[in-house]
Amino acid sequence: MAKRLTPKQNVIKGLLKENPTFVLILGMCPTLGTTTSLYSGLGMGLSVLFVLILTNMIISAIRNIVPDDIRIPVYIVVIATVVTLLEWIIAAYLPLLYTQLGIYLPLIVVNCIVLGRAESYAASNTIFDSMWDAVGMGLGFTLGLSTLAFTRELLGTGGVSLLGFTLFDANSAASFLIQPTGAFLTLGLLIGIINTVRIDKEKKRKAELDKKIAAALAKKAAKEAAKKAQLETEGAN
Amino acid sequence: MSHLLELAFTSFLVQNIILTQFLGICSFLGVSNKRSKAIGMGLAVFVVITFTGMMTWAIYWFILFPNLTFMRTIVFILVIAGMVQILEMAIKKFNKSLYSALGVYLPLITTNCTVLGVAILNIDNNFTFSETLVFSAFTSLGYTAIIIVFSYIREQMHKAPIPEGFKGVPSGLIAAAIMSLLFKGFVGLI
Repeated sequence: MAKRLTPKQNVIKGLLKENPTFVLILGMCPTLGTTTSLYSGLGMGLSVLFVLILTNMIISAIRNIVPDDIRIPVYIVVIATVVTLLEWIIAAYLPLLYTQLGIYLPLIVVNCIVLGRAESYAASNTIFDSMWDAVGMGLGFTLGLSTLAFTRELLGTGGVSLLGFTLFDANSAASFLIQPTGAFLTLGLLIGIINTVRIDKEKKRKAELDKKIAAALAKKAAKEAAKKAQLETEGAN
Repeated sequence: MSHLLELAFTSFLVQNIILTQFLGICSFLGVSNKRSKAIGMGLAVFVVITFTGMMTWAIYWFILFPNLTFMRTIVFILVIAGMVQILEMAIKKFNKSLYSALGVYLPLITTNCTVLGVAILNIDNNFTFSETLVFSAFTSLGYTAIIIVFSYIREQMHKAPIPEGFKGVPSGLIAAAIMSLLFKGFVGLI
């Protein structure tokens, strides 16, 4: 927590650098359970975004009056209250999403991302910063869920119903992808690929850095050698 | 009686909580890389779920129903947190060796989605008390069984030449995918 991040940096951090799904690997239960279609995956992502913003702001607001010993129970009560609110809203306005999300909706209470951000960020930062942190993390989670849901629905049913297009016939689709097996497999492959790319990039960066260091060292050595030679010639004179 | 047996079998294998319902994945991936950790966590989860399952069922039907049902999530999570705390103190007082085995895992259980998930499923499925008891006990046993079996698999996977990017969680997820395919076979048994 050395440097204060601007809103833009905070959002980028949540979306890419510390993406909760692919990098931090948090909140796996809804990630696997609700990504059978883009509609429910997106719905889950946005629900978590909503909960995160509210809880992060509330917890940041009360961070100075909550005694340290009982902070976790207090956080959990705050989160549970917000989630109950969200349950009502979705049940009233989006009944289809409500039945699709099912048990995963109340389970946002125990989603590691929400409590994790409360404990590691909101508890020690201002309301404004905490809000942007929540936006970044929530969007990152939404992005992760949508990617996974899009892949699974497209390959598993042949089209994406939310975007209203069909790529190929449902009979020739790999229907096991929208079943539990497909959830584990797709997520495992996606994280694996992202990790491989990241490791490759890091290796390249490291190689470049090594090259630069080697070049700088060579330059320094050459300089010193020249200096030495000069001194020697001066001494000879 | 046969109805209860069927429920036990279904919740233990056919509807396995990890492989078909995706609850408790976080702890499943986090703890299953070592056998001793998996056994400790599995036992702690079994005890907590069986107790909280009964407690929350009683609280829901005798206190919250029918006017305060919207308080369900808040009350359940508080009951679970309190229950875990009491259990931790009780084990610490009465059985030191058990405490040293389970102690680390108990606080983690509050945020394990299996516990709250089972409590809510008991209510959503309109279970009677005996059904709740059977469902809670066997669902958590299913969790324990999978997490222990999986820890054996992952210990072997440490020795395998896996590409660097796939080490750890990704390869664990892919192994879980294969295992969940196996569990699909149990569907035909009921």
